Amino acid sequence: MRKRSLIPILYVAFLMLPIYWLVSMSFKTTNEILSGFSLFPQTFTLENYAVIFTTPTWYWGYLNSIFYVSLNTVISVSVALPAAYAFSRYRFLGDKQLFFWLLTNRMAPAAVFALPFFQLYSSVGLFDTHIAVALAHCLFNIPLAVWILEGFMGGVPKELDETAYVDGYSFPRFFVTIFLPTIKAGVGVAAFFCFMFSWVELLLAKTLTAVEAKPIAAEMTKTASSAGYELGLLAAAGTLTIIPGAIVIYFVRNYIAKGFALGRV
Amino acid sequence: MKTENAKAWFFVLPVLLLVAFNALVPIMTVVNYSVQETFGNNVFFWQGLDWFEQILRSDRFHAALGRQFLFTFLILIIEVPLGIIIALSMPKKGIWVPVCLVLMALPMLIPWNVVGAMWNIFTLPKIGLLGYLMNDVLGIAYDMTQNPLAAWITIIVMDVWHWTSLVVLLAYAGLVSIPDAYYQAAKIDGASPWKVFRYIQLPKLKTVLTIAILLRFMDSFNIYTEVFVLTGGGPGNSTTLLSIDLVKIALGQFDLGPAAAMSLIYFAITLLVSWLFYTLMTKDDAK
Repeated sequence: MRKRSLIPILYVAFLMLPIYWLVSMSFKTTNEILSGFSLFPQTFTLENYAVIFTTPTWYWGYLNSIFYVSLNTVISVSVALPAAYAFSRYRFLGDKQLFFWLLTNRMAPAAVFALPFFQLYSSVGLFDTHIAVALAHCLFNIPLAVWILEGFMGGVPKELDETAYVDGYSFPRFFVTIFLPTIKAGVGVAAFFCFMFSWVELLLAKTLTAVEAKPIAAEMTKTASSAGYELGLLAAAGTLTIIPGAIVIYFVRNYIAKGFALGRV
Repeated sequence: MKTENAKAWFFVLPVLLLVAFNALVPIMTVVNYSVQETFGNNVFFWQGLDWFEQILRSDRFHAALGRQFLFTFLILIIEVPLGIIIALSMPKKGIWVPVCLVLMALPMLIPWNVVGAMWNIFTLPKIGLLGYLMNDVLGIAYDMTQNPLAAWITIIVMDVWHWTSLVVLLAYAGLVSIPDAYYQAAKIDGASPWKVFRYIQLPKLKTVLTIAILLRFMDSFNIYTEVFVLTGGGPGNSTTLLSIDLVKIALGQFDLGPAAAMSLIYFAITLLVSWLFYTLMTKDDAK
């Protein structure tokens, strides 16, 4: 037993190494980084973080990302809820085909859609707005949310619905007061996944924004290429982008294993 | 038993509208470009299927496609067994389990270009931890900007770092759902650890592994940002995977026709292989 638990420990250590390096570099001065190798920051500095929190393009980039990701999560989960209910409870014309078509959008390479998306959102006048990125990310997040929620809803016996009708509940009341609390773990997991995939995606987010809604991760690419090579600043920004993920994952920690199985265990 | 209900369409309507807006209009734009030639100024000429023919015959496309399949193949044969092994060796209960799961999920929540940048910083010779260890401590010449093999190993290790946890978490979820009674029965029968894995654990893992393999296939086949940020497709074209090549043609050279034809072929391959995987892996369920 002792020997076996070594494997997960080694694996976690391997996962933490590059993250440690990023965090440690964010506390170093550019001078120290370029002058040679050091395992720990020799001259511990918060300068890099200070730059980010005082430069509007940086902190707005951060806020922009959080804003469109939250918007996307709310939209995706709220439209996916009734749809997942329909898929898990009813048979209707074209249901299987529709479900499969939804999933195919999860398979589309984002690179295929980058240019057409730019044209589409420019032509409807939404270019460089938060809502444009939030809507664009619906392309892959809605199918995923429907898939997850359908899995969780499938685990709820149909008798629950029937009993509620016999007791005289109207559908909306049943859905909100009885059904939703039953699958709240599923809703949490679906929201987590929407947040995650919207947060990490950059190709579309970058294509659809210029100034007003520009995500922090896009700001980083600019720094890497234009302002010389400010590795410390880059590392600090990178470190900051890990924090929201770490926070949301804390909320779903008890459902995380089941959640990744999309409710199908 | 599900009930027949045509009104269910109203439930799916919002989803349908939103996804259709995002999927149909752009895909029609791509189809439109793929059969036309343009010299700018919104003037288009009918080109028929010429672009498709050109792409399907071009060596450049074959090379990128080959690299893409090699990448995805390596990812699947490394990450899936590794993920299962790690999940098997994890304890079922205990205070460390949630901590472990959260730490394992962390790489997946990092924006993809940050993943690329992070690995760039990590592998830089002289400055990066890995670059320093390899070159200055172990004395192995390692520079992924110069050596194609080093670049390939780096992108594979980066993806293993990034996504193996997905397999671990899925497999772990499948494993904890196996009742203890199964293991007790196996113990009484004197089953070997391999037999326990083969006849008790693996069958239970089938559903979750189907999901894991499908997701890993789709995402590794469509990978763009991480590899682009880390290597830029280089050195030379050695790590120019399909998406990177596509973006080079579409936005770099602005060859919209060939890029659009390539997009459609690309999408078709993804769909076809996903469908094949799915049918093969769920074949027994249908019986």
